[in-house]
Amino acid sequence: MPRQFTPKVVTANALLEGDVVYLTKHGDWTRRHEEADLIEDQATADIRLLEAQALAHEVVGPYLADARTGPKGPEPVHFREAFRTRGPSNYAHGKQEV
Amino acid sequence: MYAYTDFDRDFLSERNAQFRAQVERRIDGSLTEYEFKPLRLMNGLYLQLHAYMLRVAIPYGTLNAAQMRQLAKIADRWDKGYGHFTTRQNIQYNWPELRDVPDMLDALGEVGMHAIQTSGNTIRNVTADHFAGAAAEEVADPRPIAELIRQWSTDHPEFQFLGRKFKIAVTGSDQDRAVTAAHDIGLRLVEREGQLGATVLVGGGLGRTPMIGKILNDFVALPDLLPYLEATVAVYNLLGRRDNKYKARIKITVHENGIDEIRRRVNAEFATRKAAFNGADMDMLKRIEADFAAPTFAAGQGAFPTHYQHDPVFRSFVDTNTVAHRHPDYTILTVSTKAHGATPGDATSHQMRVLADLAEQYAHNELRISHEQNVILPHLPKRHLRAVHAALAEVGLATANVGLISDIIACPGMDYCALATARSIPVAQEIAERFDALKLEHEVGPLKIKISGCINACGHHHVGHIGILGLDRAGVENYQITLGGDGGPDAVIGERAGPGFAYDDVTDAIERVVRAYLDLRTSPAETFLDTYRRLGAAPFKAALYPEEAKANAA
Repeated sequence: MPRQFTPKVVTANALLEGDVVYLTKHGDWTRRHEEADLIEDQATADIRLLEAQALAHEVVGPYLADARTGPKGPEPVHFREAFRTRGPSNYAHGKQEV
Repeated sequence: MYAYTDFDRDFLSERNAQFRAQVERRIDGSLTEYEFKPLRLMNGLYLQLHAYMLRVAIPYGTLNAAQMRQLAKIADRWDKGYGHFTTRQNIQYNWPELRDVPDMLDALGEVGMHAIQTSGNTIRNVTADHFAGAAAEEVADPRPIAELIRQWSTDHPEFQFLGRKFKIAVTGSDQDRAVTAAHDIGLRLVEREGQLGATVLVGGGLGRTPMIGKILNDFVALPDLLPYLEATVAVYNLLGRRDNKYKARIKITVHENGIDEIRRRVNAEFATRKAAFNGADMDMLKRIEADFAAPTFAAGQGAFPTHYQHDPVFRSFVDTNTVAHRHPDYTILTVSTKAHGATPGDATSHQMRVLADLAEQYAHNELRISHEQNVILPHLPKRHLRAVHAALAEVGLATANVGLISDIIACPGMDYCALATARSIPVAQEIAERFDALKLEHEVGPLKIKISGCINACGHHHVGHIGILGLDRAGVENYQITLGGDGGPDAVIGERAGPGFAYDDVTDAIERVVRAYLDLRTSPAETFLDTYRRLGAAPFKAALYPEEAKANAA
């Protein structure tokens, strides 16, 4: 039996600032996780990751991260990805600074 | 301090120009990330969780006021107004933008600093005893040797692509404040029959396979030291594994081949390499040593004894944060970056400037960064201690906790580091705040807690009296505790106590262990480590896991 697919978002870091970014449905990058394209199957995930890798002049190190549907849009599953959506614990820096 | 020559300055300038062009080519798309990554890493530039990170070398932890001010300026102009001092005596900036990094490197170059070889599979920033040149019990100042090694290893063509990173530490004291036994090569300066030399340890390291270094040679005379080091690294470069990055450090090479075989190969390599040095390195060392001549110490303590006697806050600060200097009218002051609840190792640009001013005004223009993430004024006249204490208090740097339970080493952990699997900083903050609230830490006395946010052990948890290792267990932060580790001259790897604790339970667990120690010690003079060594792990494990202890007793 095939493994159940966990929905994904494509994430990376912006080339110039290093900010955490997410691939949207339209093929551009957003800083907001809830605006990411939530991918529901493996084949689409693979294609979208390839698309992201082709944008190497905009971002660094794209990869697929587990996500789920939330009230405002996709939200992270793992705590590491949750930290990436807001910034560090010790200062109000990163995304939480905005 | 070592003064950069025209050669050094030109070298840095050319290197920075080269990197500036590489950054431009990455931004305009001429270089892919695959091509650019090794180039940025060679210049200390990482990409971490939320942003880029620039790691700047502070060779053997030594700085002057101008350099500290420049670090502050960089923090203000291109970062978020602070820097993070690391267990490798480096400083890290957590928020630089890619196009600014060449300017940051040029600014560093203006004061003889750089970020070369702070990353990559090469010989990293050479570390040393942070009390070098000042400690009362020191055999010799290790910094000239460390500087010689820095010059030899910087851009050494043979050692730019080693199997893995390579770390060297040097101490000139039998107290070993450089944790030499936990380095790829540890050098302990010793004197034998009037001749200075070094005991060479090899194959120490922490990480997923923690090992204490073995003695490769108990005495290498100074004239032989650099060729002997070169022979050792060359043997590792040829013999070390490259099939598996987790088995590529020299500690594995030593373990798999045996110290005797490594010694045989190093001796053979040394015999052929020694001739190439021709004594030129010793001429260089003489010039370097002149740069490290001790300052002229002035006699007299002024009103220090009176202040010490009548001001209990000042007395506590002096008793806790200073140690004996080689001159009786001087002291070595450790300035704690670990105010209760602060991020261990962080200093704001304002704090950096105050430290620079104090060094310049009172303390012979010298500062050190310790592997314990504190800042040291190594040559402070006792007569100025009170003024320095007052100035530090104004900027939140007068916490009297050096060597105590809240003086915690903590790696950046998952709050910043891309490799981390759990957070370190908030755990350190919570433990420090708990024991401050309990008002127990001076009663507990010397106790080193060290926290790492992943198995790579940048927080040195293996050699903490109490070590904490953060891991990801099924998508949740989990913290394993080790007990009885020690990073001193008789270094010991701590013993894992048992199952890990959830994030919310770690501080309670630490409090139980510490309270057990207070109940078990024979007197306040018996330290946590003494008690642990006397009784073994069992009573501490019982405190950590009370339910299990109860079940076993039933």
